[in-house]
Amino acid sequence: MSTAVATLRTNATNLRRLLPNWVWGLIFIALAILYPYILDQLLAAPDDLLDASIYTLGLIIMALGLNIVVGFAGLLDLGYVAFYAIGAFVIGWLGSQQFPDVNGGKGIHILTPVKSAFGSDLPGIHVNFFLVIFIAAVFTAIWGVILGAPTLRLRGDYLAIVTLAFGEIVPRVFENSTSGIFGIGHTDFSNGRQGITPIDKINFPWTDTTFRYPLELKPVYYVGLAMVLLVIFLNIRLRDSRLGRAWIAVREDEVAAAAMGVNLVRTKLWAYALGAALGGFAGCFLGTYTNTVNVDQFEFGFSVFILSMVIIGGMGNIWGVILGAIALSMINRYVLKELNGVPEKFGLDFDVTSISFGLYGFFMLVMMVLRPEGLLPSGRRKLELHGEVDESDHIGAESDHELYEVRQQG
Amino acid sequence: MSVQAQENRADLRPDGGPLLEAANVSKVFGGLVAVNDVSFIVPRGGIVSLIGPNGAGKTTFFNCMTGLYKPSTGRVYFDGRNITAKRPDLVTKAGVARTFQNIKLFRTMTAIENVQVGMHGQLRSRVTGMVLRTPFNRREEKAAYAKARELLNVVGLKRHNELAMNLAYGDQRRLEIARALGSEPKLLLLDEPTAGMNPQESDELRRLMEKLRAERGISVLLIEHDMRVVMGVSDRITVLDHGEKIAEGSPQEVRANPRVIEAYLGSQA
Repeated sequence: MSTAVATLRTNATNLRRLLPNWVWGLIFIALAILYPYILDQLLAAPDDLLDASIYTLGLIIMALGLNIVVGFAGLLDLGYVAFYAIGAFVIGWLGSQQFPDVNGGKGIHILTPVKSAFGSDLPGIHVNFFLVIFIAAVFTAIWGVILGAPTLRLRGDYLAIVTLAFGEIVPRVFENSTSGIFGIGHTDFSNGRQGITPIDKINFPWTDTTFRYPLELKPVYYVGLAMVLLVIFLNIRLRDSRLGRAWIAVREDEVAAAAMGVNLVRTKLWAYALGAALGGFAGCFLGTYTNTVNVDQFEFGFSVFILSMVIIGGMGNIWGVILGAIALSMINRYVLKELNGVPEKFGLDFDVTSISFGLYGFFMLVMMVLRPEGLLPSGRRKLELHGEVDESDHIGAESDHELYEVRQQG
Repeated sequence: MSVQAQENRADLRPDGGPLLEAANVSKVFGGLVAVNDVSFIVPRGGIVSLIGPNGAGKTTFFNCMTGLYKPSTGRVYFDGRNITAKRPDLVTKAGVARTFQNIKLFRTMTAIENVQVGMHGQLRSRVTGMVLRTPFNRREEKAAYAKARELLNVVGLKRHNELAMNLAYGDQRRLEIARALGSEPKLLLLDEPTAGMNPQESDELRRLMEKLRAERGISVLLIEHDMRVVMGVSDRITVLDHGEKIAEGSPQEVRANPRVIEAYLGSQA
């Protein structure tokens, strides 16, 4: 079997080498652009699948953000949902009627329609989506630094626990901010458990016509796709930069990295900030797309969900993470729903969606046993997990990994 | 005069003093005195060795000087500036680079990438520049790449694109030196660089140290067990035993010192 896999792999490599990388890039972008029209051709009712795909675009951005923190810098973050929450609340505040009293009840409108589609007044703050995403990115980046700073001295398990706590605290703060935030003021920031809804639809700055999702999905798909492409570009550039090298150095050996002139504090905070910014970026998009910003969305399970994408896809590999995000998100939003009726046919009385986490657990287990490095591992991770290292070459190099191996043998 | 200015004045030493000066440095772990009141200097352009039996506190002393440990007492001056308990990356930026006794390479990075990380503090690109790939950033990365290759050639490592973990042991030691050179140091701290090397490789390393001093003006502080290397290359030798300095001087003086002989061979009661 391993020979079959090896042949498959060489074939895949040969296929990839057939064309230069940028050509493959263009092919994938073209496919992504044509995708909604392809669905139109193939399916009688393409909207379900397109809806799941748009949601997936948001999750790809999040997975790529978390990949910076976990995959590149090696900081295990179990509370990534906090940044989703912060980003989503930014669009909740800047794109809804949450604050009806501002500007004497007339509302503030920045590059957004002043009247609703039915001609009524729109109180509250309404800032154009394309401004809000960048405001949210900056705002969440700042929070990334604030939440990251106390964890700088922690590693591994301890870091995971503290970030987990932040992931729980942030949604709780929003939930309880119905009369002032952090006990300051009396404004309602979140509507408690009901959440903020509706959220403004996207509109281009040069027109007052807003998008009409969920009735018309193609335009919002393209906005999401553009955001994903921007984020991929950002990720590639960062990975191949001085900062990207520093992240990997920190992940590999903090002490050596510091001794080589890498500022650990700054390097880690950049990872937190940029990872968080992408979480906020995507949070805005999902906020407007799902039309609600609701504390129920910001569960611990979501952090795990995104982390699973990163791990299953292949930590540290941008393309692997995208693949992982697409796979898990599409299973969650589409495949499981399509399979919902299957147990009933066998006389079983349950929905597939109700056991989705059980299924994830199973997939995860299978993956970790068969392919711990993920679907498309980064070259580095693969070596770490499967590297055939000649032990005699490393007499002095006692990383934890090797110590662990020695203990197992001994 | 402000307190700050006074401190700065106290930190400055007249120019032309020693490159590195450790003044009464001690390091205590709990009840264990690992380094006890050690003072010593590395003159400009010198190759100085630190020797002593295992557990004498040599590496601890190294760590105190490179910011990995905070000395319990005492001060460290480099190039006239007080670097006591400064962060390791700032010490490196000031011009002190080091290698590690237990090789600490970035194992899943290539040799070139390892050296490029060594240059981290020398590179000026900002995050926006990296993302937008400005002409400045592009030039800098190109120059860094070229310089990394040059440094690998200087230490005699041929497999530039090999992952660090796949390199042979001697090559890993060489790569550590190249990586340290990436930060353009004035002083290179080598912690047992010939451990695990054969005599021929040790000789090559000795020549490399002399070459670095002659061509690049880099001073070297060396921890070493191989006496052939130590005696052959050092201008001065400091001997530590049980965390204390027991001897100092030229190789001949140290070799003849009865306390040194005692520390190494044990006293003949």
